[in-house]
Amino acid sequence: MNIKEIQIPTFLKRIFNGRNTVISMPYLWLLFLFLFPFIIVLKISFAQPILAMPPYTDLLKWGESWWPTIQASFDSYLFIFSDSLYIRAYLSSLKIALISTVLTLIIGYAIAYSVARAPTRWRGILLMIVILPFWTSFLIRVYAWIGILKTKGLLNLALISLGIIDKPLIIMNTDLAVYIGIVYSYLPFMILPLYANLEKMDMNLLEAAADLGCRPFKTFWTVTIPLSLPGILAGCFLVFIPVVGEFVIPDLLGGTRTLMIGKVLWGEFFYNRDWPVASAVAIILLALLVVPIMFYQKSQEKAIS
Amino acid sequence: MTKFSKFNVFALVIGFTFLYLPIILLILFSFNESRLVTVWGGFSTKWYVELMHNQGIKDAAWVTIRVAFISSTVATLLGTIAGLVMTRFGNFRGRTLFSGMIYAPMVMPEVILGLSTLLMFVTLAIDRGMLTVTIAHITFSMCYVSVIIQSRMSSYDDSINEAALDLGCTPFRTFLLITFPIILPAIVSGWLLSFTMSLDDLVIASFTSGPGSTTLPMKIYSMVRLGVTPEINAVSTILVGLVTVGVITASLIGKRQKQQLAQS
Repeated sequence: MNIKEIQIPTFLKRIFNGRNTVISMPYLWLLFLFLFPFIIVLKISFAQPILAMPPYTDLLKWGESWWPTIQASFDSYLFIFSDSLYIRAYLSSLKIALISTVLTLIIGYAIAYSVARAPTRWRGILLMIVILPFWTSFLIRVYAWIGILKTKGLLNLALISLGIIDKPLIIMNTDLAVYIGIVYSYLPFMILPLYANLEKMDMNLLEAAADLGCRPFKTFWTVTIPLSLPGILAGCFLVFIPVVGEFVIPDLLGGTRTLMIGKVLWGEFFYNRDWPVASAVAIILLALLVVPIMFYQKSQEKAIS
Repeated sequence: MTKFSKFNVFALVIGFTFLYLPIILLILFSFNESRLVTVWGGFSTKWYVELMHNQGIKDAAWVTIRVAFISSTVATLLGTIAGLVMTRFGNFRGRTLFSGMIYAPMVMPEVILGLSTLLMFVTLAIDRGMLTVTIAHITFSMCYVSVIIQSRMSSYDDSINEAALDLGCTPFRTFLLITFPIILPAIVSGWLLSFTMSLDDLVIASFTSGPGSTTLPMKIYSMVRLGVTPEINAVSTILVGLVTVGVITASLIGKRQKQQLAQS
């Protein structure tokens, strides 16, 4: 027997083998930098704000005895549930996310469907044209709409000079501008999973339906849509979940009356400097989104394997 | 029904106009003589000249490029490992949690990611700066890289690996000589995606950066809040141009590689 093998206990060898070392690198990174921070957010959401750095009280107080006393305060949560602003912001975020997901789905489906039906040699280039704007900065794409939607912006200028309207439309700083911004920014997230699904669809099924006398519109509803359901679900999750917590679009395109929870959280953190309330807002938002996120993960795992 | 109909052409024309018109107008008005972003006052490159003298923007751009380069490189390394672990390591303890931690950051609202990462740095008394932004960017970028690698590996032919192992190649050499060259295009696109996402990120950077580490999106955001100016259009045009050239080059390289593979 080799000397080296005697010196290292077997259980240590089992833990520190090559396989586990490889797994541990990304695993520990995500554990420490993605999961662990949520425990800290949860902890701080039970603290109280104070004027210090960091601006919150410690959860554990080390007194004269050798064990710490726990000072958990539910003030932040009570505050959120007592002030209707927060409840309305959560509901309004869910509403805006839902409506914009449906709008994105309708527009995205039409585009993805058309790309998938294009002659094979065009598909690559058409898909490339769809994805290209997705690579350019999110902030810049949202900014581009300000110049268009402003009261004295390009859209109103064009409509007035064409004689379609005589008074400028007020779109900027309204919910409508937020919807336009969201649909525009999130469209590629919807198109990609839809296209991946529609491209693989078996055309024989559609031809069979047509041969049996099914009209194109009915074939679309009874064959194409049900078959593309996995793509629809993936696209909707990819749009809905992040939009609920969206900050940039409601901040730049929405008005003071556009309530979205991402904006509220940002304000609590950067302007009010109330870290415990900001943490509690984040924890409740996470609780709302944890079920959709798990569904999304399951559907993605199935799609890849 | 199964053919490319008039409706399809119509949908694509409208769709592409919707996707591109705002960006084209943005670029057009960066060459506007007038300070107004809506009235055309003649062609001029003066906003680009002005940009060259804006030290704040140049500093922010330099910070952003360094953060993006380091974070995308580390994220590609970790994400590639994570993608291989998910597809080739079979079952291991904690696989479900691992998979959850890979998919969740991709849809998690950015405000939550930014806040949680920042609070962790504060708890550990790590000073906010370029390092903290870089670490935060690695975390979400590696998840995207891992998914790209996973989808590449799903169509990977296992028999070539088995052949190499049967012929006495060690697992590490098999990876280096066979798996790595095959998944290289996926690794490159993962790196590019990480790089552009780091370049774009406003929300997470705002939470995790400190004084002296203002990134370009943070700088642009503070300028946008003060009003629309042709100078923002100019800096946006440069960014859009760089990203477009980068993406098209990468896809051309990918295409050529595919053709070479097909020929050999």
